Amino acid sequence: MQAVTPVTIIGGYLGCGKTTLVNHLLRNANGARLAVLVNDFGELPIDADLIEAQDGDVISLSGGCVCCSFGDDLSRSLKTLRALDSLPDHIFIEASGVALPGAIGNSLSLLRGYQLEGVVVLVDATSVQAASVQKYIGDTIDRQLNDADLLVLNKMDLLNDSQAIELRQWICEYYAHAPLVEAVYSKIDPAILLNIKTGRNSRDASNQADYTHDISSMYSSISLRMDQQVDVPILAERLSDKGCGLVRAKGFVMDYDNSIKTIQVVGRRWSVTNAPAGVETGLVCIATSSELTEEKLRSFCNIEVTKQDAAKLQCGYFD
Amino acid sequence: MRTPVPVEFQAQDTYHELEMTTIYSAKKIITMNPARPVVSHVAVRDGRILGAGTLSELVGFGEYSLDERFEDKILMPGLIEGHSHAVEGKWWRFVYCGFHDRMDPHGKIWSGLQTMDDVIARMQEKEKTLDDPTQALTGWAIDPIYYSDKKITRQMLDCISSTRPIGIIHASAHTMSVNTKALELSDFMRAGIEHVGVPLGDDGMPTGELKGPDVYFSVAQEAGFDGNMLEFDESGLIDFSRLCVRNGVTTATDLAAQLSDDIVDVGIRVTNETDFPVRIFSFRFHIGLTPQELIEQVKSLKLRSTDRFRLGKIKVIADGSIQGFTARLNWPGYYNGAPNGLWYIAPEQMLAIYEMALEAELQIHTHTNGDEATDLALDTLEAALKKHPSNNHRFTIQHGQLINAAQYRRMAKLDMCVNHFANHHFYWGDEHYRLTVGPERAERMNACRTALDNGIPLAIHSDAPITPLSPLFTAWCAVNRLTHSGRTQGEYEKITVEEALYAITIGAAYTLNIDDEVGSIEAGKQADFAVLHEDPTAVPAMQLKDIGVWGTIQGGRVFAASDI
Ligand SMILES: [Zn+2]
Repeated sequence: MQAVTPVTIIGGYLGCGKTTLVNHLLRNANGARLAVLVNDFGELPIDADLIEAQDGDVISLSGGCVCCSFGDDLSRSLKTLRALDSLPDHIFIEASGVALPGAIGNSLSLLRGYQLEGVVVLVDATSVQAASVQKYIGDTIDRQLNDADLLVLNKMDLLNDSQAIELRQWICEYYAHAPLVEAVYSKIDPAILLNIKTGRNSRDASNQADYTHDISSMYSSISLRMDQQVDVPILAERLSDKGCGLVRAKGFVMDYDNSIKTIQVVGRRWSVTNAPAGVETGLVCIATSSELTEEKLRSFCNIEVTKQDAAKLQCGYFD
Repeated sequence: MRTPVPVEFQAQDTYHELEMTTIYSAKKIITMNPARPVVSHVAVRDGRILGAGTLSELVGFGEYSLDERFEDKILMPGLIEGHSHAVEGKWWRFVYCGFHDRMDPHGKIWSGLQTMDDVIARMQEKEKTLDDPTQALTGWAIDPIYYSDKKITRQMLDCISSTRPIGIIHASAHTMSVNTKALELSDFMRAGIEHVGVPLGDDGMPTGELKGPDVYFSVAQEAGFDGNMLEFDESGLIDFSRLCVRNGVTTATDLAAQLSDDIVDVGIRVTNETDFPVRIFSFRFHIGLTPQELIEQVKSLKLRSTDRFRLGKIKVIADGSIQGFTARLNWPGYYNGAPNGLWYIAPEQMLAIYEMALEAELQIHTHTNGDEATDLALDTLEAALKKHPSNNHRFTIQHGQLINAAQYRRMAKLDMCVNHFANHHFYWGDEHYRLTVGPERAERMNACRTALDNGIPLAIHSDAPITPLSPLFTAWCAVNRLTHSGRTQGEYEKITVEEALYAITIGAAYTLNIDDEVGSIEAGKQADFAVLHEDPTAVPAMQLKDIGVWGTIQGGRVFAASDI
């Protein structure tokens, strides 16, 4: 059986910051080998200093990462990736500005060996409201936003306070389905999209969030010990519920049959797969509100706090 | 071009030896030049037309040889297919599974298959000729709307073979039907697939019907559609040129090409062979490049252009197709309530491409099917022209199947051309009437009459291989507007035979910006002729499509269909 490679789709209309986000992730991959698939190599999607070599449709990047263009045939370029020396740890698909990212996710479901981890849709905070009623692309933008598992409101620094409040209300009214993070220059906590380490060593993950100070203060991370058996799909579903307040959760938990399962949550999307052998249980969760506490999280998700867990509480926060 | 030499220095006999004049006589020569609509003779020298008129008028050009082999034939300007894809030549290597009779590049008429059993039987025949039991078996042009159960299942195709992958691409190219083996090889043969493009049977497994290129691409590779499904290769291009000769075509388009260096090399080399009978216009499509890259590539392609392999034009694809429900429609949208279609380009990208192309004096043909997509193209050109005014851009809408009167009026103001998909009424008109856009809009699809009434330069096309390459059949479609079920769909939008003949000659030439070179038979133009057995202006309009084609003359070279 092939290893399953996680895939994240990055969508959003032209100029919303998708390419900037891709470069941000590549710079913070922290050893993970990422593959980036783009519709085209137009306006070189990758910052020049990250590029090591280009060979036809494949650009080699520093740190073992690669970038491929897929034109209109995604399955073929995924095959190209499989033919490379070693499989990437994580694939990011940067959709074209008019593409419906949900449809790309659907096509992906037809191919074995890939797990759709989430559809992230970036939103240009300065223009989305006007664009959403524009004659030609209004409904496309609406569909893109509706496809999102996680919305990233980008370019928030360009709004004044009242504009920001109004935009948040607008999103709340029309696109309440997906959790939301706000960003400047597409700089979200890379751990929201990259696979962060979990279990006993979960504190390592905090090193990955080592980029700009002002951004990291927008997030709180909660690390949960998970020594008890749980109904894994139910837990995953609760973690992906918007009411839970998380934008990301990942970890390993024990099912009632004693098997260890991987939980992946990106925004409103969750998945449960068999965990690799030898992992230790535990969950790392990222929230955008500093008011979220482990107790609130556990009670929302119906996870009982055992005495052991309570003892670990004090080291449960990253920030 | 010859530079004139003063008479006293001319070695008169040498001069004539070098540049032989041939005067062709014919039963009738339809020139499409309104000043001399019909002549009896045409003189050709050096691949070009010296003159069209009577023999006594033409002898003034000097020594000649009279070629009377077309004494009982009709000559027309070489026909021009303004929207086709040269890949049809390649597809004929697969098994033809269409409902209608169709001629292959070698002139064999493959009878239309009236039932699904006929399809199976023809595939089985081919199956018997294959030795390796795992070799793919590939078919094309099947159209299940004509069959009673309307569905083709993998089990039906399994009867042909269960050991080899089998795939048949549908006539509209939106769907592919495959057998169980093809599904297994591409890892589709499993429970739990959830995708609108992959219908499931009662057993929870895919039925074998795969809807949409994004779905069938990976299975297509297993089922024998190797490489790029839209790209010609060497022998495919030669076979495509054979189809052209058999249908009187001397100039054809390859309207959506990626034009990698390798393919351009093949195109130039193959078309440069002395016996290659067609002028091919290969358009670079916009997908996969930024506007800047596109313009740069097409500028350098233009420099590689040869007489028979013309480069330097751009195809922009705005939306999808009407029967695939991916075309962008204005309100009220699809008749059956399907959600609006998809954009294949962002308005900002289209504007950037239009502006840069106008600046670089590159011509663009834009694929639009829905009327909203046409609106976008019109808005965009209007804006781009303000920045880069041009009085001879010849930007053309390709398909434009739902263009309405107001849009034509605007197109006239913007100096735009249109190339309508006239064949569509016949093959899918009933579907459009019943399902996609409903009666009113179906009746005005490909509204050639309104286009002409607004003075829009008009061409009509087959989009081969989607429908057969045959401009006379396309003319028949535009003149009669019959659907497959025999209804006249859109009486008002019919055009006359003369207008249809204009659309497949000088009209199409205008959209390719070569009306100074081809499209009519008059002095100075290329010696490109279609040689017909009957007179299209004399037969009843219902028989236009049945006119036999003897062959062509292209650049003065004679190509008989019988020995192409
Ligand atoms: Zn086409």
